[in-house]
Parts: sequence; C-alpha cells; structure tokens
Amino acid sequence: MTYTKRFDGRKAFDEIRPISAKAGVIPRAHGSAVFTIGKTVAYAAVYGPRELHPKFLQNPKTGILRCHYNMMPFSGSGERVKPGPSRRSREISLVTEKALQPVVDLSQFPNAVVDVFIEFPQTDAGSRCAGICAASIALADAGIPMTDLVAAVSVGIVDDKVLVDLNYDEEAYEEGPVADIPVAILPSTGEFSLLQMDGEISKENLLKALKMGQKAVAQINSVQKQALKEKYAGQEADVADSNTSGGEYHDE
Amino acid sequence: MMNESLKQHLIECLKHNVRHDGRKLDEFRPITVEYNISRSAEGSARVKVGNTEVLAGIKLTVEKPYPDTPDHGSLMVGVELLPLSSPAFESGPPSIDAIEIARVVDRGIREAKAIDTKKLCITYGEKIWTVCIDICTINDDGNLLDAAGLASLAALQDACFPYYDGTQLDYKKKTDVKLPVLKLPLQVTVYKIGDKLLVDPLSEEEFVYDARLTVTTTPDGTICALQKGGEKQLSLQEIEQMITMGTEKGHELRKYLKDAGN
Amino acid sequence: MSDVTSVLKVQSRDVVVPGEVLAVGMDYLPSFGTYRSRETIRAARLGLVTVEGKVLKLIPLSGAYLPKRGDMIIAKVIDILMSGWRVDTNSPYSAVLQLKDASSGYIEKGADLTKYFALGDYVSAIITNVTSQKLVDVSMREPGARKIIGGRIIEVSTNKVPRIIGKQGSMVSLIKEATGCKITVGQNGLVWLEGHPLMENLAVETIRKIEKEGHISGMTDKIKAFLDSRLKETKHFDEEQ
Repeated sequence: MTYTKRFDGRKAFDEIRPISAKAGVIPRAHGSAVFTIGKTVAYAAVYGPRELHPKFLQNPKTGILRCHYNMMPFSGSGERVKPGPSRRSREISLVTEKALQPVVDLSQFPNAVVDVFIEFPQTDAGSRCAGICAASIALADAGIPMTDLVAAVSVGIVDDKVLVDLNYDEEAYEEGPVADIPVAILPSTGEFSLLQMDGEISKENLLKALKMGQKAVAQINSVQKQALKEKYAGQEADVADSNTSGGEYHDE
Repeated sequence: MMNESLKQHLIECLKHNVRHDGRKLDEFRPITVEYNISRSAEGSARVKVGNTEVLAGIKLTVEKPYPDTPDHGSLMVGVELLPLSSPAFESGPPSIDAIEIARVVDRGIREAKAIDTKKLCITYGEKIWTVCIDICTINDDGNLLDAAGLASLAALQDACFPYYDGTQLDYKKKTDVKLPVLKLPLQVTVYKIGDKLLVDPLSEEEFVYDARLTVTTTPDGTICALQKGGEKQLSLQEIEQMITMGTEKGHELRKYLKDAGN
Repeated sequence: MSDVTSVLKVQSRDVVVPGEVLAVGMDYLPSFGTYRSRETIRAARLGLVTVEGKVLKLIPLSGAYLPKRGDMIIAKVIDILMSGWRVDTNSPYSAVLQLKDASSGYIEKGADLTKYFALGDYVSAIITNVTSQKLVDVSMREPGARKIIGGRIIEVSTNKVPRIIGKQGSMVSLIKEATGCKITVGQNGLVWLEGHPLMENLAVETIRKIEKEGHISGMTDKIKAFLDSRLKETKHFDEEQ
C-alpha cells in the first residue's frame, strides 16, 4: 500500500483542512480568539500589557511577550493528558513566543508583560500552528501594536508526497517516510518565524514543502482578517469622535 | 475591586432587592448547554451562565479497582481555573478554589449515585472503568461553582464508551454505548449577603458575600451533598431557606439538560 | 511621476488589521499606527483608517489605557509608602500619590496615612507626570479630584471614554440628568456612579449601550429616547410596587 490520497477525503496535497475563526470570544480577556482547523480547536486569550512580577524579569527597554501553551486534559486523541506543564508544552510555548515575536512591537510598554494563554479543547495534529493562528488574532484584538498577523500551518512529506496540513493519521503513517514541519509565516513578506521538523526529507522536497506553506498561509490569513473585521464592523463612529472637524457619515 | 464603602453600597442596593445587573435575587442569568464540544473526549459539554463559560470533558480509562470496591468503577473530578479565563487566575498547580469546586462537584455525583458504578466493572477485582471529569474555565464572570456542576452532568450524559476488546483500548473507535447515568443531581449555591439570599452571583457579589451554601439535590428532592463556604455563620432558619431555594432552583436548572425526566 | 502608480487600497473609516495593505506607492505618507515597507503602507495594529490628504493614520479600537499627563483617572490605593501612596491606574503602570499632592492641608511626617487613604480606597486624581520609564505621579490638589466613597465602579473600554463623555460632556450630562446619578468618568476606563439603585442600573445599561453602538449620527437623540422610554417603564414599575 502506498500513500496516494489524503486520508480525510481532501482532494489535493496542497489543500488545508476546513478553517474558521472568531475574535472576542472571552470577555474577561483584553483580546481573544478561537481558531479551528479540521478537528483541532485553539482558544487564545491575551492579558496585558500588565505589570510584570517578579521585577527582575522586567525589561526597561520594552514590554515582553509570554506565551503559555496548554492542552485541556480531555483534548488528546488518546489517553487523558495530565494537567500542568510538561516538557513538550513548555517547548511549544517557547517556539510560539518566538513565532510571534517578529511582528509584535512592545516598545511602548517598558517593564510590562503581555501574556498569551493558548488552550485546546480538542486536537487532531497541528495544534501548535492552530495556537499561533489564534494567538495572532487575539493579540490584534487586544490592540497590541504588530506589523502582521502571523499565520501557521504544518507542511511535510508522507511517503513520496509533499503536502500541507497533516492530520493525525498522516503524521502516524508507518509504511513510508514522514516528515512533519510546522511553520509560521509572516504573510506580508513570506518570511518564516517558526520552523521545526520531525522525520526525514530531502532538501529539494523541503523547499517545495516550504513554498507550499507560503501559499497555504494566505488562505489562513484571510480567515484571521475576516474574524477581526467581523468583530469590529460598525465602529465607524469613533472616527467622527476624534475628528472634531466632522465629515460625512456612512449609514449602512 | 471592592472596598468597604463599595460593599456597603452593594448591600444597600440589595436591601431594595436590586442587583447590579437588574436581576431578581433568585434569578439565574440566561443559561445554555451545548453537548459534544470536543471529539477528543468520550463526552463533553459547554455551559454558559451569562458571560461565565466552562467546558467539561470526560475521559474513560481501564484500571484496577480499589481493593474495597472490587466490582465498582471509579470517579475522578478535576477543575482547571485556567489563566485564560480571568486575570485573577495563575498558571501552576490547582488553587484551593479549584480543588473545592472539584470536590463539591465530585461529592454531588458520587453521593447521589448518579453513575451506576457496578456497570463500570469489567472483570471482578481486575478491571474497571474510571470516569475522569475535567472542567476547564473559559470565561469567569461569577458562579463557576454551579456552572461546573451543570457542565459535568451534561458531559456525563454525552459520554459513550470507547472500544475495548479486553486488552486494548481504542480511543479512536467510539461505541454507541452510553455511560450508565442513573439520575441528575443538580447543584445550586445560595449566597448570603447582608440579610439577603441570592443565587448565581456576579463577580462583585462573590467578592462581598458573607456565607454560601451549595445544595445538591436529586430529582425527588433528596439532598445528596452540601458545602458551606464564606466567613460568616448561618442560622438554622437561613439554612432551611437556602435549601428550599437551592432545591427549587435545582429543579429549574435540570430542565436545561436533555432527557431531564429521569 | 509616481502619481500613476500610487493607489489607495482602503477608504477612510475602514476597519483594518495588522499587516493589511493601506496604500501602494510613494505618494502616501504613513502616520500613527501605520508603517512603510518598500512601496507599500501597511497597518501596524488593528484600527480605523483615516485618510487626510496623503497622510494615512489609524485610530485604535482596542487596547490598554496608557497614563497621559493631564488625564483625570479613577485609581485604587494598593500600597502605603513612606511618603505617600501607590495607586493602581487600571493600566500596566501604577502611580505614586505624594504626601504633598494628596491634600490641600498639611500632612505631618509620620502620620497614619491610612486615615487619609486606606488600602482599597478609590480616588479620582489627575496625572501630573509620566516619565519615559512610565513612572507616574498623580495629584489630588486639582479640581475634580477627591476620595470616592460609596456608589459603584464599572470598567469600560478606554477607547470608548470620549463617546461616553460626549462633546463637552454632553452625553454624560444627559445620563446624569435623566437618572439623577452622580457619575465620574475616568480616562482610564473606570466609571464611578451613585444614585438610586434602579437608576444606577439604568445608567450602567445606558453606558453599555453607548459602548456597543456603532454609529454616532444622532447618538445623543437615540440615547435620549432610550432613557425616556426606560424611565416610563420604571415609573410604571414603581407604581405597581
């Protein structure tokens, strides 16, 4: 048996699973979002900028970004996930932070911290990427200065097929080589801010896969944009508020 | 958020029977219950009470029974007050508040014998099913306690066994065999602020309450768990009123669950 | 010469998101909340676009309050210091209220400071200084500054504060008159109000409505009509009691 088509019925190797997003789902947070890709669901909440304790962690030049990746105990595809940080979740928190760092500008908030909490009620591969997508929306929702909405997806190889957005069954394919490469990309420039890999792949296929990722994130980016615009639709009034000179109003 | 003068003002408003969001003292905020919100779990539910939102998920595992109950399955309840859901919650081991909620929810389900634990026995003295209920908070706007209770029941109702052939558990294959839920013990917490009793507190009401009593009752009105909290004492008369209120409201909440007839 | 290639990609009052292209070409100029990357001008945060001539800037729709000199804020006492109080400003930066700025009277050194302001007390105060490292001073020797006693405090989005206040305070005056409540709106998004319990609830409901409302055209009239109809209901309710 060779791997000839997507296990979940997708038509093409460069096709991502169905995605959706919503901003502002957690009223207590300063910014929040839920991002769904296939059966993976990520919540993100942003708190801050807020005061950072302990004080020795403070940076007088800029605010700092802290990400916290966590799976709910019932969100794994197998056994119950023990609550609390694991080596895995701490590493993912770290690479999530680094994936978002290049776009986020916290220089206006010296000594402060922006906390991003990412949680999953259900997962089916690609959770760190889904978490990054949700976190980007939540940071924008919180009004954090940022130059872009980072989008992330996994790319890789199953058997001899280069493909995008592996689901769990594809990651677990055993009859041939598999490479799982989560990437995060700045949509405006195509640059990479997350790059990890498990498995084996040739240099040629790697570059092919990364290019496929660049294409896929455009689609993710438009869903992220849409989620934010939906939340803030109908906010025209504020312009008139600060523009005392006035002007025309658009009533829809 | 609250200091003594703000607290006095809130109590003053309650004397006029006016709550900060305009509700009656014995009125819950709008409640929604959504089933099967996580396919990774064997059963799951989302409960919203006003802006408060919690998720409950169930994982089933095969384990060795406790020596004193060789033919009974077991139950475990955990609560995660996620820092995602409130600026007041921090990462780290469960806080005492999380532990209390978990223990109160656990007690209600256990003591009412809501689950037929005998049916969770696979092989006498050898293998039983353990039911793990985990409750995760998404947004805290007061009354996580009752939201957690309601979500746990809904998740139990939603749960089906995964495929088990006697040696190997396959979580990917779910059967359509439901968890043996016998009845729904509903948990309602009644708060005392000044000389008023109320249910479903807002965050600010949770800050200032004098005492609270969680009352868990079965459909026939039997009380199956109690938990008194808060810094002040309660009179017998107050306890009676709180139990009456908690029981009535429990019946009302039961209607939000499917097959509420049982 | 670049006229031909410069293109505006958005309209004034559009909601834009980080990274979104606002204009292409060298004719347009990036201002607050936007940045240029080669030929394109993009959004550097979420906001509403304004186009003034060739200048593109954004108006924030969300985000934390940052202390600004001259702002009247509502702050909470969180620490008693040697020579004053530390107050929380509902922002990432707490502020210091020095003894000399706390009262028009003389406070003796070594006096029990909690007699003036205890932990948990709220005050309305004016921000008098903000350093580059965000050290903040507040003063209560200013008109409008006082200790807050009783009533209730709600939090609103700081970006909606101008709307709640209205032009020359017209909106907040309208609510005060209709409900008979005393209201203080802090620039830091905390609002204090006090009045008859039912009227307080109505005032809060009105403020929430203003926060949510999208359009400003006829906003004052809309809010007036809302208050009038709610007041009639309440009257009715009182008679029934």
